[in-house]
Amino acid sequence: MSEDTPRRLGRHERYRGEHPIVVSGLVNCFGEQTVHENLDLTVRRGEILGVVGGSGTGKSVLMRSIIGLQTPDEGDIHVFGQSLTEGDPEEVVGVRNRWGVLFQGGALFSTLTVGENVEVPLKKFYPDLSAQLRHEIARYKVRLSGLPEEAVNKYPAELSGGMRKRAGLARALALDPELLFLDEPTAGLDPIGAAAFDRLTLELKRTLGLTVFLITHDLDTLHEICDRVAVLADRRVIAVDTVPRLMELDHPWIQEYFNGPRGRAALTAQALDELRRHMDLPAAAHAVKVLDKPPIGSDKA
Amino acid sequence: MAASALVSGPFCSHTAAMAGLARHQLEDREGRCVLVLSGPFRGSTVGPAAAGLRQLDDVPAAMDLSGVTEIDTAGAWLVGDIALRHGAAIEGASERAARLVKALQALDTGDESVAAPRPPLFERVPGALGEKVFAARRGVVGVTGFLGQILIGAGHLIRHPRRFPILALVRQLELVGVSALPIIGLMSFLIGVVIAQQGAVQLAQFGAETLTVNLVGRITLRELGVLMTAIMVAGRSGSAFAAQIGTMKLTEEIDAMRTIGISPIEALVIPRILAAILMMPLLGFYASCVAIVGGAVIGDVMLGIPFWSFLARIQEVVPVHDLWVGLIKAPVFGLIVALAGCYHGMQVQGNSEEVGLRTTMSVVSAIFAVIVLDAFFAVFFTEVGWG
Repeated sequence: MSEDTPRRLGRHERYRGEHPIVVSGLVNCFGEQTVHENLDLTVRRGEILGVVGGSGTGKSVLMRSIIGLQTPDEGDIHVFGQSLTEGDPEEVVGVRNRWGVLFQGGALFSTLTVGENVEVPLKKFYPDLSAQLRHEIARYKVRLSGLPEEAVNKYPAELSGGMRKRAGLARALALDPELLFLDEPTAGLDPIGAAAFDRLTLELKRTLGLTVFLITHDLDTLHEICDRVAVLADRRVIAVDTVPRLMELDHPWIQEYFNGPRGRAALTAQALDELRRHMDLPAAAHAVKVLDKPPIGSDKA
Repeated sequence: MAASALVSGPFCSHTAAMAGLARHQLEDREGRCVLVLSGPFRGSTVGPAAAGLRQLDDVPAAMDLSGVTEIDTAGAWLVGDIALRHGAAIEGASERAARLVKALQALDTGDESVAAPRPPLFERVPGALGEKVFAARRGVVGVTGFLGQILIGAGHLIRHPRRFPILALVRQLELVGVSALPIIGLMSFLIGVVIAQQGAVQLAQFGAETLTVNLVGRITLRELGVLMTAIMVAGRSGSAFAAQIGTMKLTEEIDAMRTIGISPIEALVIPRILAAILMMPLLGFYASCVAIVGGAVIGDVMLGIPFWSFLARIQEVVPVHDLWVGLIKAPVFGLIVALAGCYHGMQVQGNSEEVGLRTTMSVVSAIFAVIVLDAFFAVFFTEVGWG
């Protein structure tokens, strides 16, 4: 991380270092229970990093530590080359407007409309934007996150769960963050909605040049959009790699996770998608036909 | 810094450059009007320049982005908007700038208002008035219906006494009654002190200081003990009922109970209402007693009436029906306070603001109803000869 530390970022400058998030030796305890012990994790700029792990392995706690909602008991967290644990508040503010966070339930302010929700961070950080420009920004962010424009003046209670997630994403994108945290973005969405959200994440990452820290349980998401996947188990990150290479590792949890019935179904689905792109080849067409009819009694998940 | 001064000109550009903000300038290049942009075009920097960019002196045929150091969607949005408006070609854009401008131009947004739609004043005022009338009607119907639900629930519980939520009742008895003792005691003691002291000052003008005993004894047992206790319970417990039940409604706990087959009326509302009805007479009587003690202390200190003589005189001058008046009113007040709290709690829906709103409404309506009813009771008891 030598290239990450040396100089402070200019106020209007994009981060050009290689590793926007560097976590080293993180320890988190709740009373007697140790959630993280000597956890190390490095996120590369411009990648979508998936974070997986069984329930209670501290995925959300890790995210909360990185964004400063949870003070770690020990260890160092550098975001954009600046330490959040010992940084002075001024610098931390310089970091805060470079990230956007989508919480699990969307966490929209329920007394504000979607558009006003998006405007909250804009007002806080860019007070010299005119009201007109701020409204325009709110409108295009809402459109950018895949909602119809009419959603701008709806209250969160008037939206469906999937739309609320997108509205939360619009707020997370309000400041044009370089780093986006998504906490189980596809949980609770129907498969079509989940696939659409995955595509949106990927598209936004490509257009806006985002680095994405993505907590998920969704195997399809991992296969489709994640560049690398970090596996949390035994109170630390046991492996960070691409999905195919993770599947070769000989760890019981990883094997069960990726090679269990659901893992294989997700893999088959991805292979089918790949084959469908080459339907002009007779071999591919035949393979699609065979694979599309799973043997009776197999897990349909 | 005045945004209008930034329209163009080397001086203004210079100040913007010093601050690291977005700059723009109209240039004449080979007979073409070119809008030259430079500096960072980000949400944090375009603010002052945006107004000037929207009101250019001339129509640019092209925009030169080669001097733009940084760009994000806010800057790209502005650039794309200006380009579309004037039909200007974009030149010299970096790969990132071109990609962002293209992506944002493709979004095709209109001018939907960000705030929730708001009708004009002449519609809003009668609308609000009409809504108040409807709400009043809905409130009357709602409370009556709620009372009916409670009676049905109570009927169920009487027929199936094993289902009675005895633990919840005991818990609420503790919360409404026992834990309120210190604050109600302190309040009543001070009220007794104030009545005795102020009463003595006024009665001394007629040389009738000894009547202070009558004043303190009768007013606390008949009116103030119960009334102040009801107000205190409304503030302490009625509001808690509304907030608790309201939050449970928001988190779908109430719905979960219904699906499991537990009636929220039986499990949540009836224990609370019963607790308030049972505890109010006890608390009211306790409050009256403490107030009399407060009066007796003042009598001892200020009027020279010995403490125990004061208490003995109370027995002589206060008719027993004064005690009954207080004890009859107390459970009614308790019912009203708990009913208002539970009813408003059950009415919560939508968002967290509603919980606060309903909690306030429960306290205000409970206290208002208690005071109105107290006036009726005062007239009633005087008419039946318990004056």
